[in-house]
Amino acid sequence: MKIALIGNPNCGKTTLFNRLTGSTAHVGNWPGVTVEKREGVYKSKGKDVSDPVEIVDLPGIYSLSPYTPEEVVSRDFMVDGSPDLVINIVDATNLERNLYLTMQVMEADVPVLIALNMMDAVERAGDRIDVDKLESALGVPVVAISALKGRGIGKLMERALSVPRERKGVSVFTGEVKDALDTVIEYYKELDVSSPLFHAVKLLENDEIELKRRNAEEVLKRATGGADIEAAIVDERYKYITSRLAVAKTKSAADAFTRSDRIDKVLTHRVWAIPIFAVIMFAVFHVTFSEDFLYIGAWASLGGGLPAVSDLGLSEGMTTFVGIFYDGAVFSPGVILFNMFDTLFGTITDAISGAISAEWLSGLVADGVLGGLFAVLGFLPQILMLFMWFSLMEDTGYTARVAFVLDRIFRRFGLSGRSFMPMIMGFGCSVPAMVNTRTLADEYERIATIRVIPFFSCGAKLPILTAIAGAICEYFGVGNADLITYGMYLLGVCTAVVTVVIMRNTAMKGEIPPFIMELPAYHRPRFAGLMLHLWDKSKHFIKKAFTIIFASTVIIWLFSHLDWAWNYIPDERMNGSILASLGKFIQPIFTPLGFGSQLGGYGWVFAVAALTGLIAKENVIATFGTLGACLISMGANVGGITGDVLIADEEGITSAVAMITATGITVPALIAFISFNMLTVPCFAACATAKAELRKGTFYRTLLFWIITSYVTSAAVYTIGAWWWTVFIWAAAAFAATTVIVLNNKGKIRLSKLLRKSKETKS
Amino acid sequence: MEKKLSLFESGDEGTVTAVGGEGRVRRRLFDMGITPGARIVMRKKAPLGDPIEITLRGYELTLRKSEAEFVTVYVDS
Repeated sequence: MKIALIGNPNCGKTTLFNRLTGSTAHVGNWPGVTVEKREGVYKSKGKDVSDPVEIVDLPGIYSLSPYTPEEVVSRDFMVDGSPDLVINIVDATNLERNLYLTMQVMEADVPVLIALNMMDAVERAGDRIDVDKLESALGVPVVAISALKGRGIGKLMERALSVPRERKGVSVFTGEVKDALDTVIEYYKELDVSSPLFHAVKLLENDEIELKRRNAEEVLKRATGGADIEAAIVDERYKYITSRLAVAKTKSAADAFTRSDRIDKVLTHRVWAIPIFAVIMFAVFHVTFSEDFLYIGAWASLGGGLPAVSDLGLSEGMTTFVGIFYDGAVFSPGVILFNMFDTLFGTITDAISGAISAEWLSGLVADGVLGGLFAVLGFLPQILMLFMWFSLMEDTGYTARVAFVLDRIFRRFGLSGRSFMPMIMGFGCSVPAMVNTRTLADEYERIATIRVIPFFSCGAKLPILTAIAGAICEYFGVGNADLITYGMYLLGVCTAVVTVVIMRNTAMKGEIPPFIMELPAYHRPRFAGLMLHLWDKSKHFIKKAFTIIFASTVIIWLFSHLDWAWNYIPDERMNGSILASLGKFIQPIFTPLGFGSQLGGYGWVFAVAALTGLIAKENVIATFGTLGACLISMGANVGGITGDVLIADEEGITSAVAMITATGITVPALIAFISFNMLTVPCFAACATAKAELRKGTFYRTLLFWIITSYVTSAAVYTIGAWWWTVFIWAAAAFAATTVIVLNNKGKIRLSKLLRKSKETKS
Repeated sequence: MEKKLSLFESGDEGTVTAVGGEGRVRRRLFDMGITPGARIVMRKKAPLGDPIEITLRGYELTLRKSEAEFVTVYVDS
């Protein structure tokens, strides 16, 4: 037996799905968290169901019209997926609008059961809903439940299993709509489609999919006499709901919205909304990443300053322990968690490498496998923490308000406030962010958003930032590591804005997409759900660390320790390895970016690090760890750094310093290296997602877009950083490009014509 | 008195009399419950003046002024 769950966005569908199947799918307080259909099997307590009940969770929709991809998914499944039963989840706190979808579902020839969800919230507000009255008015069974509290689920499934397996669609229309419907329905009966009534109503609603059928337009014209009865259909549905169904609900005298209202007054305040948003974002990043929590260290340095942990005169063990929390400044919770893992991993690596006597095996295990793996796992706490803050914002309903507040700004760039959510998710991980773009109805907005998501530097790119920024401060003694990190985040955001504006003015011209969105009531975040979500995320991350990243670190280690004749070569002779010759081959490509041929003999390490980043961005630093270890044992003038220091180097700073010393790379080139890694083609997983979300041709153009953007931006960063006057050349080039685009858009010149002409003359 | 929804100020209330526009935007307005006869209360404008937030059919909805322009409302006096 197959049961489909259908309902409005944010009506608690996924919560019910999780209840029924025991799964842990993510639930958010943002319309459109479920963007594809998901399947599971009903797990009933104690009882053994002989016929397994399959549950299909469909994306949340307001209507069965085909304007967004998720509406099409739900509609196709309901009409053509032949479910044995459709459970329509209705948010009881928002009865009228939810029943509008119910009216459309009832028009199809499928058995329907109504699950009246969030009944606990209705009761808490002091309202009442007469379930029996609703059931007799609708003509299909209605069961009151609370998916969150788990109330009424048993009764729901009991009714679900006993509902008759046959039902004919019904509609509520009268007058001219009814007359037109009678004509159109004959046409569909002749076509012999399932659910003729459903299709007939949709045709009267000027539905794009129905209008594509043969003769459909003539039939429509004949039935309506050219009049537009779309409005009349919607009107009759809502009239029926307000007069016959919504009366089942009796409201208490008290005003329903109070607490949610008061919170909203502050968070979307005319003056304070944007500053509050900025402060919240800053706090999120500060708590997760700052090494000077609440700026206690900075405040103290106004006076005498706080002592470094090594100056406290503690025993060695105590120094390590205190160093987790404090070193001249108190660390933020995110950094403390990071340090805990860091210390743990360092101890494990020490113990293992000490226990193995064979040199090559010890190298492979300690440098290759553990070095790479721990470099990745070390960042898990901070990535998870970032995820936690974003889920918290989503669960409470704040994210939707941010879209409301920022829409005006996004519209300037040709997007809507809705594209804010996938972009901010990009700071966590590009993969879910790209999937989330399905809630964007406009095709161009979707493509543009997917393309710029990788520019919102994800959690896995953060290690690159911290390691190199840290190394710059440590080695060159310039700048502030935090400032460089923030600056690079800003560069990513600016690049995103600029490229979106360029795209919307060249290849993707079109109307600005509509922004008509529900603002869900504020919810208290649900701790259990949040933890489940985080657990899900860590499982995914750990799996990635032990599979793809594990494999690639081993491969990199092998390639850097084997020559072309497959002989083992020790660290000292790494320059003769397979990896070195491959690296030297591609090295010249990066010359304009500052980390190419000018770096000399060991310069290929940067080229190789950038390449391995294509597999997973964590690899860049994992590669640093592996290659840095080799450089050090090679004694390639790495400034007194020894292997022991490196082993306890999960933040990658020491290996980065080793690589800087060996290659003599400059600061602008290092910054260009970071920006290249941030803006270029994202990891395999993100590419695979983009490929699945985009059409083939669009995907290849997207790859090209990433390569060009990263290359040009990094070249600009490097040349301007190295020779400041080149800023004029870049400005002139940018001005020329803008002029050409503006003139082309105004019709003064025709770019496409010029291009065609030059092609013709060439051939 | 009839007034375009886009010209509403915070606290204004009224009943929808007509929904204009066409295609996707009009459909979306209908699906979200903005139909003739629906009661609308204007809540507030976003900090930058646009979009606006309204209450209708017991829930909160946000839309831009450019979209609200299609909605004609009979304002309670």
